[in-house]
Amino acid sequence: MLQVIVFLIAAAIVLVGAGGVIFARHPVHAALFLIQTLFGVAVLFLVIEAHFLAAIQVIVYAGAIVILFLFVIMLLGVDRSENLRVEPIIGQRQLAWFTGASILGLLLAIIYSVDGATGFQSSRSALDRLGVDGEPLPDVNQLAESIFTDFVFAFEVTGLLLTVAVVGAVVMARKISGELQPLPDLPERRVSRAADAADPTADDAVVDAEEA
Amino acid sequence: MIFAQQPYLETFEWSWPTWRFWENDPVFLIIQVVLIFAFLLVAVMLMVWFERKVVSDMQNRIGPNVAGPWGILQTLADGIKLFFKEDLIPDQADRFVFKLAPYLSLIPAFLMFTMVPIGGNFADKNGEAELFGHTFLVQLVDPPMGILLFLAMSGLGIYGVMLAGWSSGSKYPLLGSVRASAQMVSYEAALGLSLAAVLLASGSLSTHDIVAEQVGGAEVLGVEISVASWNIFGLGFIPFIVFLIAGTAELNRPPFDLVEAEQELVGGFHTEYSSLRFSLFFLAEFMNVVTMSAIMVTLFFGGPDGPILWDAIDWFWPILWFFSKVIVFLFIFVWFRATLPRLRYDQLMDLGWKVLIPISLIWFLILAAIRVGQDEDWNIFVVIAVGLAGGVLAMSLLMGAIRNARLNRAESDVLEYG
Repeated sequence: MLQVIVFLIAAAIVLVGAGGVIFARHPVHAALFLIQTLFGVAVLFLVIEAHFLAAIQVIVYAGAIVILFLFVIMLLGVDRSENLRVEPIIGQRQLAWFTGASILGLLLAIIYSVDGATGFQSSRSALDRLGVDGEPLPDVNQLAESIFTDFVFAFEVTGLLLTVAVVGAVVMARKISGELQPLPDLPERRVSRAADAADPTADDAVVDAEEA
Repeated sequence: MIFAQQPYLETFEWSWPTWRFWENDPVFLIIQVVLIFAFLLVAVMLMVWFERKVVSDMQNRIGPNVAGPWGILQTLADGIKLFFKEDLIPDQADRFVFKLAPYLSLIPAFLMFTMVPIGGNFADKNGEAELFGHTFLVQLVDPPMGILLFLAMSGLGIYGVMLAGWSSGSKYPLLGSVRASAQMVSYEAALGLSLAAVLLASGSLSTHDIVAEQVGGAEVLGVEISVASWNIFGLGFIPFIVFLIAGTAELNRPPFDLVEAEQELVGGFHTEYSSLRFSLFFLAEFMNVVTMSAIMVTLFFGGPDGPILWDAIDWFWPILWFFSKVIVFLFIFVWFRATLPRLRYDQLMDLGWKVLIPISLIWFLILAAIRVGQDEDWNIFVVIAVGLAGGVLAMSLLMGAIRNARLNRAESDVLEYG
């Protein structure tokens, strides 16, 4: 009975949070609702005794990823209410309705057609390994065994994918300014800097050149 | 209803006993929660006083000396004063988030302490204490995800700082909170990696098991030493040093207190806070210091491990040893503050990403190699030598790459700005 109560409360938290993410007008508030949703999902993990997943859910998603979201929102200064009447891309809204409805239909189809598509069975079915003493292993050990034996290839490929993504991000973030030219002599540089300092208009010229 | 069709809700019994509490009796549970909370509040009060007293001593000042004997009630006086101050909310503030933020930083600070074993006879009773005819673990809760709860809560603690700065609707608090979140997210990685080394040794996430594994002593060159089984020796110091530095950064304490660098940011993320809301931040900050010390003692110094001097009160000695160790760390944090100058922001990020994370990762791999070597009966000295050689090679490659990148950047800077 207890788990049903906890499930209902957590589900309510998740749904309210998910609604809030969509309906909040302010991006920071939406991010806060997202944290609420992730937290509720962590509680749902606890209900099905996936303690490790619950902790990782909070550490990775709530503790790192949403922090980065907030970081971007605050640094890029998009933390103001958006005007929803203006449609940036024509037909986007109709497309969004269509995509949302098809995903919902797909999910409902899966839930009704596959036995145990949600909840305990599917989350534990891969985790039935027994320890040396015949008792079921803790979920951490079971996850580790699955990942590093049966699914080791998928695991490694995912790791590689993340590495590629990191390298790609670094390449995109790098500022490439034409061909590299030989280093100018140091004394000359100092002279030119002194000249810059003496002549304030020179700085503006540099800025203008950059903007152009 | 959809969930009624699911078989697990009927067949699956949710088992509370996997969460080992002091006692499963709810009345006892509430008493223990209140006890721990009260204890933390008193600890914070004493810690603030201790810090001011030690720092003033190091600077040849007297420090607080008016309220109570040796000024020990000064924090209480300050608290009462704060209580009666006006509670301001800036016009530009996001009112709801502004009010929420102090609690977001206080609650994780408190929750973190609940899973620290603060006592219990680990020498021969597996961490249980007997008092008033009850046998119990002397920690509020021993959750199965154990020490990961600490990482999760320290991750959540960031939100308090971040949202406080943002919701103030002012420039300097925002800068302070952006600094804070970048710093805490960066150092959390190093913190987690050095923690992983401990988990490798203990083979369990539970704080109770981590302590139990460190008890019992080890033989060093034929001599039985009781503290040799502590993780700080067993893991070879590096994880502890990384954890200490990363922990200090995570706490935003000097020399990593750029979050509230007075010269640059007025007061940092809590500039706009006053009265009780400010005191909540203050409380959370010092509560975190106490908790971080307790976590370090648990992970690396055997928690409440120590000699049981008199069997009749065997519940008392572990608690005494635990708090003695915690006080040593509290002193170290105060010492840092009185001694070390603040880092510059780029130095802070360099230290986190280019030194601490690679070193703790390499050390973790070496420890894992030793572990595999033990299972496979390899020569332990060869394993250590090969591991260290590989580690030094990787580190020097990394250092070379960093140096090269710095030179390239300097070169392109010259090209652009001449």
